[in-house]
Amino acid sequence: MSVDTTMAEKRSLFTPFNIIAGIILIAGLIVTVMRFTVGLGAVTNLDQNNPWGIWIGFDLMCGVALAAGGYTTSAACYVFGLKKFHSGVRPAILTAFLGYALVVFALHYDVGRPWRLPYPIFVQQGTTSLLFEVGLCVFLYLTVLFIEFTPALFEWLGMKKIRNVVVKLTLALTIFGVVLSTLHQSSLGALFTIVPSKLHPLWYSQYLPVFFFVSSICAGLSMVIFEGTLSHKPMHHLMDEEYLSNHDGLVLGFAKAASLVLFGYFSIKLIGLAYDNNWHYLTTGYGAWYLVEMLGFVALPSFLYAIGVRDKNITLIKWAAGLTVLGIVVNRFNISMIAFNYQLPSAERYFPSWGEITISLFVVTIGVLVFRFITTRMPIFYVHPDYKDEH
Amino acid sequence: MLRRTFLGLLGAAGASVALPVSATAGGKKFGPHPDTKGVLFDATRCIGCRKCELACNEVNELPAPDMPFDDLTVLETRRRTDEKTYTVVNKYQGKTGPVFRKSQCNHCLEPACASACFVKAFKKEPNGAVTYDASVCVGCRYCMVACPFSIPAYEYDEPLTPRVMKCTMCAPRLAEGKLPGCVEKCPKEALTFGPRAELIKIARERINTYPERYVDHVYGEHEMGGTSWMYISGEPFSEIGLREDLGTQSAPELTAGALAAVPIVVGLWPVLLGGIYAVTQRNAKIANDERVAAVKDALKRAGEKAEQKLHEELGKAEQNSQRRIEVEVKKAVEEALAPKAEDAETNEEES
Ligand code: SF4
Ligand code: SF4
Repeated sequence: MSVDTTMAEKRSLFTPFNIIAGIILIAGLIVTVMRFTVGLGAVTNLDQNNPWGIWIGFDLMCGVALAAGGYTTSAACYVFGLKKFHSGVRPAILTAFLGYALVVFALHYDVGRPWRLPYPIFVQQGTTSLLFEVGLCVFLYLTVLFIEFTPALFEWLGMKKIRNVVVKLTLALTIFGVVLSTLHQSSLGALFTIVPSKLHPLWYSQYLPVFFFVSSICAGLSMVIFEGTLSHKPMHHLMDEEYLSNHDGLVLGFAKAASLVLFGYFSIKLIGLAYDNNWHYLTTGYGAWYLVEMLGFVALPSFLYAIGVRDKNITLIKWAAGLTVLGIVVNRFNISMIAFNYQLPSAERYFPSWGEITISLFVVTIGVLVFRFITTRMPIFYVHPDYKDEH
Repeated sequence: MLRRTFLGLLGAAGASVALPVSATAGGKKFGPHPDTKGVLFDATRCIGCRKCELACNEVNELPAPDMPFDDLTVLETRRRTDEKTYTVVNKYQGKTGPVFRKSQCNHCLEPACASACFVKAFKKEPNGAVTYDASVCVGCRYCMVACPFSIPAYEYDEPLTPRVMKCTMCAPRLAEGKLPGCVEKCPKEALTFGPRAELIKIARERINTYPERYVDHVYGEHEMGGTSWMYISGEPFSEIGLREDLGTQSAPELTAGALAAVPIVVGLWPVLLGGIYAVTQRNAKIANDERVAAVKDALKRAGEKAEQKLHEELGKAEQNSQRRIEVEVKKAVEEALAPKAEDAETNEEES
């Protein structure tokens, strides 16, 4: 495997992956130029009734949820003392850091005057706004994630002293990270508590913040498993004994947790449904879609995870992880787009334009490329030789 | 009597405690101002002439419309406010003929847009107007998401300096003591400007005087916590495009729960997580202590064994050396005795 990749790298840059990535990057740059010369109207299908599209629904809502692996893994390892997950922390932190960085990057396209993004923090604070909470937490958490990531960077650069200082901060950073994550994961859901008249009752709830927080844990756990699967093949040659030997244990442990949390999530969603007495909506078209989400993307993966753990069936667990990740995307899409503005006639509903899809792909591609760049150079999947005997 | 006073006191105490609490929990700083002004729209008087649209366009120096304001065919299609129009009149089918309704920002008492904006670009002015300051707006459009009446519009075609556009209740004109443009221009007095409390009285009077002409409801008196712009009509409000399912909770009330959770999380989580950490550390410490003890024990036992072995070895070695000495001595004695024996032999031979 390792021989293969290094040879391929030497042979030529034109691997299928690189060609596709190249095309997406070029298309993305073209749309970027259009966005900042002609305006949002030219590249998006946003309108006066639908101010938020997939740049918020996917890039922000899903991006933040799927980056939850960072706080879940580091909390499991450092706070709950599950030291055997240690080798999973760095990949998870890196993924989370890149995830959040890309969320902020993508926001530059969506907001009207991106250079004012620091305004809510440094110029005038709209403290009554849940978006203020989201912004502040994302800003702080991005900083925390960066600091948490720096030991890998310093090890790569051979800066031992400062690396050791940062490592000492681990616990404090982890706790701070969990607090910030709790706040902004939930406040993303809370953003929609202001619009009971626009969000379909099956998805609207005063409990939205709780739903978002709990589902972000499912997302985080599943993303770690899912992303481990994705990086396993191309990165295998970079993974050391410790990472590889711990990997299956980590997958099993996370799968068990994910199964339980998904079950809990299903239960509180039911409670929400009962509390608002929304049962009668279940027989409508939206009700059918709601059931698909709840049964197909919450109950089913919870069940699959449980079986996978019982049988130690790693393949099944990986499928369950994929399903959960997809389920999170479905849920965030439902709330921010599909069940949002349900009261409008279908002609006035939103559907993403090619420009918007291109930019979303563009952002994801940049993420993958940077991830590859960092993991092939810095000690992410392996322990740096100088620090072999720690922990 | 006594009981009533007591209950009254309790109520007052409750209110004085509850008020600031709910105000901080919801973070609401908007609150209805006593001399809040407003406009009352009477759908039974509006004739759909679009003069208010024209006035608004002129007063606010908005771009020229696609169709002139005296072209009434535009009324056939439903329109909404956008970045070039702060107000529109729509035609609806009433029981006895067409009914018209003007729509614009309702200047909520506790505006969703203002409570949603994360840079406080929106402000509820003491005179009732909800104004917007483009110089801080980031362009996130959360205000548009939040507004229950879908009023704010956005300049999607401005690449670098887009603004959120909506009716200002002609705040600059109000400051000069003038009427809002639309109110001044309306030929039918379908629009009445005045202190909000007055307007509610006027509305009630009209409803009471002509009960057969009006629906018994002042739309905006309580909707979404109340609005400065209010409506009375002969048709059910849902028939003239005003949602009747908005409820009476204001936007800050809707988000109060989520905001109130913030200090709880900030206060509680570190303690909780610290506790969990301490427990896991303690568990780890106990496990570690046990391990250390076991190792010590093993070492001790190993040490004892080694000592014993040493002892044995030493003993053995002693025995060995003892034996070797004995052998040596024996040898030496034998050697020493040997010549004598020879002597004796020779002696015997000699004798
Ligand atoms: S109607 Fe909408 S834009 Fe106008 S004040 Fe109320 S929330 Fe704000
Ligand atoms: S678009 Fe501007 S005014 Fe509206 S919420 Fe965002 S920053 Fe505030």
